[in-house]
Amino acid sequence: MSIWDWSYVWEALPYLSRGAIVTVQATVLGFAIALVLGLVFALIRQSPNRYVSTAVTEIVEFIRSTPLLLQVFFVYFVGPQFGIVIPAWTAGIGVLGIHYAAYCSEVYRAGILAVEEGQWEACTALNLSRQRTWRAIILPQAIPPIVPGLGNYFVGMFKETPILAAIAILEMLQQAKNFGAEHYRYTEAIIMAGFFFLVFSLVASATVQSISLWLNRRYHLQ
Amino acid sequence: MNEPRIRFENIAKRYGALTVLDNPDIPCNGKVMNEPMVRFENVTKRYGALTVLNELNLSIARNEKVCIIGPSGSGKTTVLRMLMTLERINGGVIWVDGEPLTHVQKGDRMVLASDRHLRRVRGKIGMVFQHFNLFPHMTALQNCMEAPVSVLGLPKKDAEARAAELLDMVGLSDKKNHFPIQLSGGQKQRVAIARALAMRPKVMLFDEVTSALDPELIGEVLSVIRTLGAEHDLTMLMVTHQMGFAKEFSDRVCFFYDGKIIEQGPPDQLLGNPQNERTRQFLSAVLEAK
Repeated sequence: MSIWDWSYVWEALPYLSRGAIVTVQATVLGFAIALVLGLVFALIRQSPNRYVSTAVTEIVEFIRSTPLLLQVFFVYFVGPQFGIVIPAWTAGIGVLGIHYAAYCSEVYRAGILAVEEGQWEACTALNLSRQRTWRAIILPQAIPPIVPGLGNYFVGMFKETPILAAIAILEMLQQAKNFGAEHYRYTEAIIMAGFFFLVFSLVASATVQSISLWLNRRYHLQ
Repeated sequence: MNEPRIRFENIAKRYGALTVLDNPDIPCNGKVMNEPMVRFENVTKRYGALTVLNELNLSIARNEKVCIIGPSGSGKTTVLRMLMTLERINGGVIWVDGEPLTHVQKGDRMVLASDRHLRRVRGKIGMVFQHFNLFPHMTALQNCMEAPVSVLGLPKKDAEARAAELLDMVGLSDKKNHFPIQLSGGQKQRVAIARALAMRPKVMLFDEVTSALDPELIGEVLSVIRTLGAEHDLTMLMVTHQMGFAKEFSDRVCFFYDGKIIEQGPPDQLLGNPQNERTRQFLSAVLEAK
């Protein structure tokens, strides 16, 4: 038996590509949730109402301080005991999104706090509404510099999708493992999955890099 | 020549201990004429235990140009920041154009104003900052259009025409599509002046607008302010270290020291022949530095 057998590669390919689609879908959908919800968390944390901002700060802290796997189990296994039945796919992506939203909100916050105080003062002096201040002045300056930070979490989330296997979602690594178990042959499938993770991560990083450059140029920031 | 339609004769108005009007004699035809444009009445500002301004009283007439001078930490910038509502005040009332800015009347008491009230009244005020505070992601033209469009609801075309006209006035018509990063300090400050003027304020505040500029760029900014003062009906309040400019430009100079106005008067008198020892010390120190 050779170390590397190409026939297994061709045989494993359909399994892995099915899994890869699930992995990419989960990453993209989950990260979309993380981006939007993370911004919402960050904005609420800036609320002048002390109770509201403290509550959200605590929620973010709680999410960041417990394991992602535990949160997935909680929603998928504990939920049904209280009559809350959520399909695996929804639960998996939802929890992934919420978990990373907590991390992303910290990144957004850093970006928001880095906008100079003078920008807020200019908005007051020009009498801009609060909403307009955020949308037209603060966020366009806060977000471009933090795109690399958000991108790190995008790649990080991608690499954590195998956790979804714990609630029976057939993402790529699980497909590779199943293939190995069926054929008593793991080498090719596991290495192929690893290779795909590597390539996707590198492509994603390069994409984030160019988005960051483009945004900074678009908004004339340094 | 003829009898005014309305005449106020020795009218006084108090809210509790606070005297709001003290026997003014105002003949007018429907509009109160000699009401000051800006009035600080017993205004106090504290940061924790530190009192920055102590019961400040200062009235500024319509179209009056007032320069505020004084050592750093004397509270002079705080005066402008309170008027722009960038700082909350801890006591007293600020009046703008005949109505309270910081408070509203409720029955015969004065209560702290809501954000809505602040927004409405501060629309009469424009401010230019030491560090320009231009929006870096917008061109000079967009900087001047943002507030007229989103606050005043001006159609884009009108706002653009107004912005272009103002940029022309400050001598930057060829730079209107430049971003702040592509402009010199003096040019940035002139855009900032145009941006504030685009809101058609009645009062303009200048907070050490030349302090962050290289010496050779100061002239172009001061000359814009000079033109502005000469050609427009604007009440101007200016914190400055440019004594020469204060002397030639202002109607009145106020010397701040330790949260109080220690001396004020026409520029020739205050800068040429100061009566107070502290004023003399400050002026000689400033002249020494030149």
